[in-house]
Amino acid sequence: MFSRRILLQAATLAAFAASPALAEDPFKIGFVYVGPVGDHGWTYQHDQGRLALEEHFGDKVETTYVENVSEGPDAERVIRQLASSGNDLIFTTSFGFMNATDKVARQFPQVKFEHATGYKQRDNVANYLTTTYQGRYISGFLAGKLSKSGKVGYIASFPIPEVVRDINAVQLGLQSVRDDAELVIIWVNSWYDPAKEGDAARVMINQGVDFIIQHTDSPAAMQVAEEKGIWAVGQASDMSRFGPDAHVTAVIDDWAPYYIKRTQEAMDGTWKPHDHWGGMQDGMLKLSPINEKVSADVAAEALGIASSIADDSFHPFTGPIANQAGEIVIPEGERMSHEQLAGMNWYVEGVKGELPQ
Amino acid sequence: MNIELLVTVIGAATPLLLAALGELVTEKSGVLNLGVEGMMIVGAITGFAVTLTSGSATLGIIAASASGVFMALVFGVLTLTLLANQVATGLALTIFGTGLSSLIGAGFVGMPVPRLPVLPVPGLSELPVLGPLLFRHNALVYLSLIATLAVSWFLWRSRAGMILRAVGENDTSAHSIGYHVIRVRYLAVMFGGAMAGLAGAFLSLAVTPMWVEGMTAGRGWIALAIVVFASWRPMRVLAGAYLFGGMSILQLHAQGAGGINIPSQVFTMLPYIATILVLTIISAGPWRGRLDSPACLGKPFRAAG
Repeated sequence: MFSRRILLQAATLAAFAASPALAEDPFKIGFVYVGPVGDHGWTYQHDQGRLALEEHFGDKVETTYVENVSEGPDAERVIRQLASSGNDLIFTTSFGFMNATDKVARQFPQVKFEHATGYKQRDNVANYLTTTYQGRYISGFLAGKLSKSGKVGYIASFPIPEVVRDINAVQLGLQSVRDDAELVIIWVNSWYDPAKEGDAARVMINQGVDFIIQHTDSPAAMQVAEEKGIWAVGQASDMSRFGPDAHVTAVIDDWAPYYIKRTQEAMDGTWKPHDHWGGMQDGMLKLSPINEKVSADVAAEALGIASSIADDSFHPFTGPIANQAGEIVIPEGERMSHEQLAGMNWYVEGVKGELPQ
Repeated sequence: MNIELLVTVIGAATPLLLAALGELVTEKSGVLNLGVEGMMIVGAITGFAVTLTSGSATLGIIAASASGVFMALVFGVLTLTLLANQVATGLALTIFGTGLSSLIGAGFVGMPVPRLPVLPVPGLSELPVLGPLLFRHNALVYLSLIATLAVSWFLWRSRAGMILRAVGENDTSAHSIGYHVIRVRYLAVMFGGAMAGLAGAFLSLAVTPMWVEGMTAGRGWIALAIVVFASWRPMRVLAGAYLFGGMSILQLHAQGAGGINIPSQVFTMLPYIATILVLTIISAGPWRGRLDSPACLGKPFRAAG
């Protein structure tokens, strides 16, 4: 009698204790952003992914984000804070967070980390990025078709593999249309400094550039392009509001499907570290609608390249590709390997100037 | 020389000049307000928001400087009335301003406003070379240049300016001969806020007419550096602002044009190196004491008795 009652009580207690815990303990996900969510570019798109994640899972997840985290000692502090405050999965969304992510991951083996655009992997650190070079190649193609002066501007942030790869992709796309075009590259040493990005745009327009591609995060260059009546390609998200006439297209990152998939895997216990390169093939990279002012032929050709990249019948980095010295690095017909692309630190033939180290 | 390039330099230098002139007056009264960046960014969003909602850039500019004054008053109450540490309060003001501007600006992301109109000076703007260089700008560019002369005149030629400098050099003496140290400092701090607000509005209405978070991107700190670089003299502030602004444009130009092979990072750090050099000279070199660093800079004042 006595023991049965205790057993019953214990069972009730256990049920009581367990059920609300299941319902009230959401899976916690942290995000670390390099810029503000209001940058209308790179960080904005990541935050859109986070919001889609919340919408998809509802009460089952709880997300936190920290914005404006500088790429240095601050990052490590922020990531550690997120890890120690009970987050199960943490996305760190800028190249410069790589070492900090790696370091904190070592101390928190039970927490899973996802680092965007980097290459350091561990049992609990995965890498992911979008192959923006696909979009850059098409930007280069469009520049070749639309530029009258033959001078195409590239506003660059930092000389890391991602940026170098994209500069090369633009050059290859440009060369596929015409040989006489020149790429004018200006480094602003920042991901996000609207006034400086705008100044860089003004300066290159002053030097004869009439088509701008940017690898920085604010729409400042787009706005200047609109004023000066030239073309520009938007970065990371659709920037046509800032340059309705100038905006050729934008290369858009869509992180939502990836964030949802990886969260599901982490919740199910099937999460594994990997190095995922999303792109046009899986919908993580898209082109925004091409400006109506672009001739239908050119627009159709650009979309054709996009679909041949998506179905893998074409790869932007297909040989022959030579370096600046004219030595063939990738022989005719071969594709550049994942490793070669990941660590790219040299310019292809045709890019002028020296790569800052 | 390329005129359009020089016009771009003016665009880069004007916000630095406006903010640095305000900070110069603040520091001359003996108050160190490190919150320039914070006041500037609040001015940027306020100017933008008011211009967008009211449709009037004039109202936007007035509101921007008013918001700068509000921020400065927060600083004033804390440091002048409550005697909080000026350095810590200034830093906190920057952090507060960054957060406040993001909060106000959340609803304004991604909306464009028309660029601040250019007001050509009749007649003069038709001059070759000089016309586009000096007489075809928006109101804030003219204002920044007039303000430089006005501040210079005020500090060295007017009685009120003399009192302000006296308060900054020796607050106890100024107090004992009957000047209201705290009142003078409040006014100077408010002027600094108003100018920082204008500098912010220049960024969000003229340089890049839009609101994005953190758009001042450290220009408030460069303005602070310029005040030291200029050794607390308005004309040197003008030179410093144009030198630093010019340098930032020139390095972009040099990269695009090719030929000059200096790493662009060097230019990015140049303003700070120049400032450290000047600071070193001021505090150790043979010119010590001949520069105009206010003696009471950063020291709290409590009226005796």
